[in-house]
Amino acid sequence: MADFRTALGRARGLGSAKHGVGHFIGQRVSAVALIVLTLWGVASALTLAKGGYDGARVWMSYPVNAVLIALMAAAGFYHVQIGVRTIIEDYFHAPLAKTVLLILNAFVCLGGAALTLVCLLKVAVGGGAS
Amino acid sequence: MVESSPAGRARPLSPHLQIWRWHITLAASILHRATGGALYLGLLILAGWALSLASGRGTYLAYAGLLATIPGRVVLFGLTVSLFFHMANGIRHLAWDAGKGFTPATANLTALAAFGFAAGAASAVWVILALNGAL
Repeated sequence: MADFRTALGRARGLGSAKHGVGHFIGQRVSAVALIVLTLWGVASALTLAKGGYDGARVWMSYPVNAVLIALMAAAGFYHVQIGVRTIIEDYFHAPLAKTVLLILNAFVCLGGAALTLVCLLKVAVGGGAS
Repeated sequence: MVESSPAGRARPLSPHLQIWRWHITLAASILHRATGGALYLGLLILAGWALSLASGRGTYLAYAGLLATIPGRVVLFGLTVSLFFHMANGIRHLAWDAGKGFTPATANLTALAAFGFAAGAASAVWVILALNGAL
């Protein structure tokens, strides 16, 4: 049977698609995680600063340290990706410049996260460098 | 300040940066963005650290040496301040999201607290680094 209702009429009353606040919520959930993770990260940096290369390798061999620094890097890159996206959207209105910067931002953040996680994994699981 | 629009009618413009009186909550708001941008660089430095650690002793020591130069230390100290400020001011934002802390007196006080926390915590971290002999 043909549907004679307009698109607006069909959509009315259904509420939002619930996708609009994804970035808003993601930004805040990662913020809460990062409060804890970066405080731990600063404390860890104090240890790492005096341990040298061997100290850092030993530090990374503890699974708790490897997991927490991986989570800090992942949450951090996720958080800055949303934050810088917001800044780009606020200040760049020309479609080309905005699109190029948004794609660049996504590539840098995703690339940085992948690089960090693979390097951390390589050290944490052992093998490789002397 | 007016500007002619395509319709030929003069439209008012919003007041821009130079119109507003400088205020601590304004400073905190702008610095929240600025420090967030700085921490982007901080994460890339963290990525470089992970890469140097995975690349072996020579690379790690060269990277650590680069960070230990005077410009390197200035950047790292700035990032320490940025992290603590962005964290404290971020907590203000979380409170605002919960609908709390909007009165001028409270907003002024929490902005001041964020600046104080950033200065105090960053100083404490670097004093500990110095006492540890890591500088």
